[in-house]
Amino acid sequence: MSNTDSSHHDDQIGHIVPIKFLVLICCILLFLTAVTVWVSRYDFTEINIAEMGIIMALLVATVKATFVGLYFMHLRWDRPFISFVFVGSILFVVLFIGLALTDTMEYQPEIIKGDTPKVTEAMDKLAH
Amino acid sequence: MTTLNLNNSSDNYLNHTKGIFSWLFTLDHKRIGIMYLVCVLLAFFLGGVFAMLIRFHLLTPEGTMMTQDQYNQAFTVHGAIMVFLVIIPAIPAALGNFVLPIMLGAKDVAFPKLNLFSWWLWIFGLVFFLIALASGGIDTGWTFYTPYSIDKASSMGGVIPALIGAFILGFSSIFTGMNFIVTIHRLRPKGMTWFKMPLFLWGTYATAIIQVLATPVVGITLLLLIVERSVGIGIFDPAMGGDPVLYQHFFWFYSHPAVYIMILPAMGIVSELIAVHSHRHIFGYKFIAYSSIAIAIFGFLVWGHHMFTAGQSQLMNIIFSLITFSVSIPSAVKVFNWLATMYKGSISWNASMLYGMSFIFIFGIGGLTGLYCATLATDVHLHESYFIVAHFHYTMMGSALIGFIGGLHHWWPKMTGKMYSVLWSRVGWAFVFVGFNMCFFSQFMMGSKGMPRRYAQYIEMPQYQIYHIWSTVGSVIMALGFVLTLLYLLHSIFGGKKAPANPWGGRSLEWQCSSPPPWDNFAEQPEVGDCYDYSVLEWNEEEQGYDWKKDAAHPGE
Repeated sequence: MSNTDSSHHDDQIGHIVPIKFLVLICCILLFLTAVTVWVSRYDFTEINIAEMGIIMALLVATVKATFVGLYFMHLRWDRPFISFVFVGSILFVVLFIGLALTDTMEYQPEIIKGDTPKVTEAMDKLAH
Repeated sequence: MTTLNLNNSSDNYLNHTKGIFSWLFTLDHKRIGIMYLVCVLLAFFLGGVFAMLIRFHLLTPEGTMMTQDQYNQAFTVHGAIMVFLVIIPAIPAALGNFVLPIMLGAKDVAFPKLNLFSWWLWIFGLVFFLIALASGGIDTGWTFYTPYSIDKASSMGGVIPALIGAFILGFSSIFTGMNFIVTIHRLRPKGMTWFKMPLFLWGTYATAIIQVLATPVVGITLLLLIVERSVGIGIFDPAMGGDPVLYQHFFWFYSHPAVYIMILPAMGIVSELIAVHSHRHIFGYKFIAYSSIAIAIFGFLVWGHHMFTAGQSQLMNIIFSLITFSVSIPSAVKVFNWLATMYKGSISWNASMLYGMSFIFIFGIGGLTGLYCATLATDVHLHESYFIVAHFHYTMMGSALIGFIGGLHHWWPKMTGKMYSVLWSRVGWAFVFVGFNMCFFSQFMMGSKGMPRRYAQYIEMPQYQIYHIWSTVGSVIMALGFVLTLLYLLHSIFGGKKAPANPWGGRSLEWQCSSPPPWDNFAEQPEVGDCYDYSVLEWNEEEQGYDWKKDAAHPGE
């Protein structure tokens, strides 16, 4: 890993992916886009899972993002450390949004709409 | 084979090229480090002036010199300057820039142009802060909390310029972090494996990870705040369907790790100070190295402990309280290893070591009082009191800045090529240490007795005046210590003795080049050995510095 380590001199050129292979991945991505559109036409309330449409769309989007990362971004052939950094960054976003939204959902029932009785009383006193 | 990789010509980075533009547009990491140092110290002076105004104002319960609005502005500007312009860039950008490439035996950082760009971004950030001061000031507190920062009726005209300034400073920090990560990965010399790196580099590396991962979050948060305030989109404003608590989540997801941006490199410095000035091999090298990474990771998981009284849900309060305690483990690992390093060491009682030992003492108090703040039951009482102010200053000012000053004394001879007065540096340290503890320990006492923070007056609570007087007297003593430090350091530049290459007996690579270092650092690639094995060095009376023992084997032999 150091600047004098000859083992990394070979990977300076980078990995070349055949155009045919990239076109194949592109076709898979287009097919998955079609799947997303197709799924959106179903009414999942009939099977009592109203959120299924969103779940399916996110699932397909995750698969597509994985294809892009692995093949278009060359993570499939790069050093594992690069994949580790990439996945680690996503995990940090998940951690941040997950905990923040969990908290938001948790304290919603505790929010008092409008002013509390004490505040209303104090404001009335000030008005008089 | 030569012992030291010395360039015997008088050419060095200070005199290699001349003229102001040779500094302002330099790509040399050492000059950029010095420019950061000068700017950070100027910002420290400015932030210090506001600190003294606050302290003198609180001498009497009625307040001596400011209106309540002016007081709010004073503590906001003091906090914002000290956090964004001083402590965050002080060690990584100033000392790190100077030392890191030399410690690696490299000629420069991986991206020298990006490095210069980072410094210019810092300058632009400073300019926006000055615009904020000139355009009506800012009174939101350094955290820019909503609803203060989005309430146009009560907050001042400087909010948006200050937010833009902090946003720009964030990018400066990200670029420095990126540069250091790539430099450490790609420019280590042959033989310097990860576990042969000096521990300062581990501290800087862990810091850089946080800079790159966390700073973008505060960047986008500040941008959202600017949009909210200027366009009126309801992101954090409850009147428009926004959520002010969400702002605190966004802000602290960066700003708690930012605490570790400030203190991790200081811990790296202390590892160097304790080992070099105890002339003893660092104890538990791997544990100290791993604990830096552990602190960086845990630091991302505890942001909610700033929000125990802010309306955060009970579930999250419990989760964050539990995780917060875990940070104490890697912190304690470091402290015990430093103490074990000093055990039976041959301690040099110079300013660097005194500051290193002060760090352990002050960080011990700052860290242990953090446990009171992490405990839900006690934090409910202590939050928003002076206890928090004292805890914050014991960790940020007393630990991070003391570490910075210790590092400055340690590498000053290398930076300037001149030695400072040992006597006056000890006197300066004594003033700073005594003054600091007087100033802030009294705040622990009044905070635990109920003195709320951020109050311009305490007319109905005159029993706290004695603590404020103690605190103000302490701040004056500390300020005198800083002025004295500045004077003897400046005096050393013009009248100090010439510094040898290795005045303290260090083994890391920066002590193998001459003082001050030549333009390209090393005449030839330095050889890497155990950077904490001091048994191969001996004092050279003629050079007034350390040299290689005649019969000791060189690395690679």
